[in-house]
Amino acid sequence: MADMWVNMGPQHPFNHGLWNLRVLMDGETIKYAEPILGYLHRGWEKSMENRTYPQIIPLSDRLCYGSSMSWSHLYCMTMEELFDVEVPERAEYIRVIVLELQRIVSHLLWLMAFGVDLGNLTVMLYVIREREMFLDLLQSITGARMTYNYPRIGGVRNDLPPDFERDCIRAMDYFQGKIDDYEKLCDGSKIFRIRTEGLGVVKPADAINLGLTGPNLRASSVDVDIRRDDPYSVYEEFDFDVCTHDACDTYARYRVRMDEMRVSCDIIRQALEKIPDGPVRVKVPRNAPKKSVVARVEDPRGEGMMYVVGDGTDKPYRLSVRSPVFVYVSAANHMLKGHKIADVPSVMGSIDMCLGETDR
Amino acid sequence: MAEITACSGNLTGLEIADALSKRFAEGIKINSASPKRIFSQVDKEIFLELCKFLKNDLLFDHASLVSGVDRIDRIQAVFHITSYINNCCLIEIVVDLDHEEPEIDSITPLWEGANYHERETYDMMGIVFKGHPDMRRIFLPEDTRFYPQRKDFKLKEVP
Amino acid sequence: MNDNPNAVAMNSKDFMKWSTEVIDDVLRATQAKKVLDKLMLPFWNWSQRNSMYPLHFGLACCALEMAASSGPRWDAERLGIIYRSSPRQCDVLLLNGWISKKVRPALRRLYEQMPAPKWVIAMGECSISGGPWYDCYNVVQGADTFLPVDIYIPGCPPRPEALIDGFLKLQQKIKAEAKGPFLED
Repeated sequence: MADMWVNMGPQHPFNHGLWNLRVLMDGETIKYAEPILGYLHRGWEKSMENRTYPQIIPLSDRLCYGSSMSWSHLYCMTMEELFDVEVPERAEYIRVIVLELQRIVSHLLWLMAFGVDLGNLTVMLYVIREREMFLDLLQSITGARMTYNYPRIGGVRNDLPPDFERDCIRAMDYFQGKIDDYEKLCDGSKIFRIRTEGLGVVKPADAINLGLTGPNLRASSVDVDIRRDDPYSVYEEFDFDVCTHDACDTYARYRVRMDEMRVSCDIIRQALEKIPDGPVRVKVPRNAPKKSVVARVEDPRGEGMMYVVGDGTDKPYRLSVRSPVFVYVSAANHMLKGHKIADVPSVMGSIDMCLGETDR
Repeated sequence: MAEITACSGNLTGLEIADALSKRFAEGIKINSASPKRIFSQVDKEIFLELCKFLKNDLLFDHASLVSGVDRIDRIQAVFHITSYINNCCLIEIVVDLDHEEPEIDSITPLWEGANYHERETYDMMGIVFKGHPDMRRIFLPEDTRFYPQRKDFKLKEVP
Repeated sequence: MNDNPNAVAMNSKDFMKWSTEVIDDVLRATQAKKVLDKLMLPFWNWSQRNSMYPLHFGLACCALEMAASSGPRWDAERLGIIYRSSPRQCDVLLLNGWISKKVRPALRRLYEQMPAPKWVIAMGECSISGGPWYDCYNVVQGADTFLPVDIYIPGCPPRPEALIDGFLKLQQKIKAEAKGPFLED
């Protein structure tokens, strides 16, 4: 039988975002998978050269809209290194709390999409309900549900609202029971396990070579976490586990993210206990010095990085972004070769794709 | 200290910078080095050999970012490479290239993770990476004739 | 031509010809079409506006609010909104997110694949007019440059309540337009 090219996208229920996955199939088996990107390309890096430094903060949210706080925090962190300002300690603790809340929200969004891909619609509805709870918490701090525009160069925009600690602890106590419910729904389902175990296997040496980072790397039993190994903000003060798993397959990636949600709750509790009093913002000069800086964070999807070149004016000369999902898409062929076409949503869904940062 | 030919991990940025300056005395210029960051400027001729030394002897295993900067009289290619074994140490390598025909050796044969980054840099800036398995545009259509990230490509102003 | 009066055994061209002769022309000649249109129009209109099926197509950030609006808190399904994956089964094209030049022909093709009557909702600033990307070389400055848009929902991103309000306004528009005669003229 002749080989056949099939276009999965740009409009396809499985791909979350706009991209095209062309697969060469021999019957039902995939021989070669070629991703085609560029459907969401807006030239973000070039447009930002036309805007002043504070104007870029809400636009950096829209890089990856699934975890927007993480990207605007990365941008502010890079700028603080460029301008060489010291962020007040209370602002750093608030940033950690908000970042870990964002990590939980982002993983819940991933679980929602993963459930839909595998046909487990109950998980999707339960997850949206819990996600709304955390979005309410974030809305009480920042005023928005999605693209928050909250970190500023030199701190954060405003302080935590009163009673935030009580609301947050109440939400997390309720949520930790719910994570057990999701695990029962997924692990207890035989179909879910058949569709995830043994698929999309990436051995540790291949994972490092292909450039995988974040939860996908930890699911291939490589013990690396930028929050612990190259700490930024005040992550050195916290004592948390780094979750890895040995199976290297789709099930391992699911397992790592579920464990990470529990670890995030732990970090938020520690931060709420240790948070000091003080100001939340400092003033920053208008024009940047003529130098180049680089900063990186542990985004919920992997390793995010920004490289900025300042030129003495109030607009950046060059702003370059490293997106973790961009590299995962390049590994699609390695992960999908030899699988059946019905395995594509399961394998690509476990990677947690967000096309806004991929295409920039 | 003795010249490093093979390490077993846990080197700091200062030791790595030392090893690099000893091995490549002329081609590399270390701007600054701290325990987890090294900023350097490297000549185009020794670039590939330096990358092989980083990968095989100093155990740098993850290519984080490849990008380019248009400095009007020249184009710079910027590489960021991480070493997980050496406590996540990050090295930044800046290479100056000719503005009319920027060309440099590709690092994709060494670190496969740099594949799409190099294609994107070619698409946006026009830098050609010799030895890349699939050197073509990734975001813009194949027949586009401009490189958006260059300084002579202007965006439209607000009316 | 196949002289078979049994409608079930005909191929589609013959069936169209037979039904035009037997049903359409008779109704038009005896003026029964006008009576049927007037009787059935409220019913068709009611059923169209209470079962709007949008296309399951998420472009960018506003798609997350579209997903949240079909969750338990702001249940969009109580209004009859069920997302379908194939454009052949939809009547509403919901544009959420910036439209790049590469996806513009694909969107136009999706719009033309949808059967009439159909409507287009532009959700969020980017599909209304390009949004924050006013000077980007690859962003189309508004969906109404190449598609006929019926409802504009402002916001960046609009809250799920705003999206549901947009759907309710579309329902009012469908009621006022009163499309959907019994037979196309």
